[in-house]
Amino acid sequence: MTKPHRKPLWYAAMAHRLSGLALSAFLPLHFLVLGLAIEGEAELDGFLKWTDSPLVKFAEMGLVFLLTVHLLGGLRLLVLENFAWRDSQKTIATFAAGASVLAAFAFLFQVV
Amino acid sequence: MTTTHKVSIWRGGAEGDYAHYDVPARESQTVLDVVTYVQRHLDPTLTYRFACRVGMCGSCAMTVNGVPRWTCRTHVSKVTGGGELKIGPLANMPVIKDLACDMTEFFEKWQKAQSRFIPTKTRKNPMEPIKPDTPARVAANAGIECINCGVCYAACDTVRWNADYLGPAALNRAWTLANDERDGGWADRLKAVSDHGGCHSCRSHQSCEAHCPNQLNPAASIAGLKRLSTSAYLKGELK
Repeated sequence: MTKPHRKPLWYAAMAHRLSGLALSAFLPLHFLVLGLAIEGEAELDGFLKWTDSPLVKFAEMGLVFLLTVHLLGGLRLLVLENFAWRDSQKTIATFAAGASVLAAFAFLFQVV
Repeated sequence: MTTTHKVSIWRGGAEGDYAHYDVPARESQTVLDVVTYVQRHLDPTLTYRFACRVGMCGSCAMTVNGVPRWTCRTHVSKVTGGGELKIGPLANMPVIKDLACDMTEFFEKWQKAQSRFIPTKTRKNPMEPIKPDTPARVAANAGIECINCGVCYAACDTVRWNADYLGPAALNRAWTLANDERDGGWADRLKAVSDHGGCHSCRSHQSCEAHCPNQLNPAASIAGLKRLSTSAYLKGELK
């Protein structure tokens, strides 16, 4: 009948949830790499060499972005629910998004 | 200058459609004026609710161009920007007919949250002096002007996702009572608001605050309940 009217903090909550889902989807790959270390040095080194490619570094930048989004989003909720109320939630969420982008680019500049 | 408004109004129950009307534009015209014009001059079968027309009774809330609003205090010029006006019933409640929705569950949830005042004194006791500047009274006053219009309930994503969620209005009322030193119902209310569908179900999207026509902040009240509930749990007062 009528579409829900979205507000900025709805997007903040959705970014927090989706980043969590994306990170949990990545986790099995992370364990797979750890498993390679048990299998032998050569297997792990071969894989790590592959991760030096620019495309993987770019993907890792996305991973850093997701991690920071999820970390700061979670901290925002913890503060909101456990400390005295602050009216500036939209500003805090915007800063968290900005900090996540900066952290991702800082990672990229460091590895390039 | 526009001399008529192009107006679409929801007709029917859960199944229905928007009907189109041309309504003469007036100065300082409210959305409720538009709906009233349609019923009195174009189609007397149109169903809607209103009473006070001055933003006190909370009965005229509708969805206006996708946003839940109190229609008696919403000027048409504020919401259309010269374009069309689309008016529907509030979301998250069953539609009875046209613009009237069934608010039974909304009010039942107030009862479920134990959001009623439980007196600790009788009429035989002297009047209790209440200091207006204590932190608890300031917190209670911040949420006390709720008019039960259902706008926050209609705007809430958690209400849409979780049928058991008590909703922002009922929990806001619970918070004002939690801060009312005359009230004696906190033990039962704490259990009710901490249970499944209570304050911990809130996802803090703050749509209630964004849309409340009285500029209340139910999200802050619910965050306050979460703190009280968590603290009670840690102290062993809540199982």
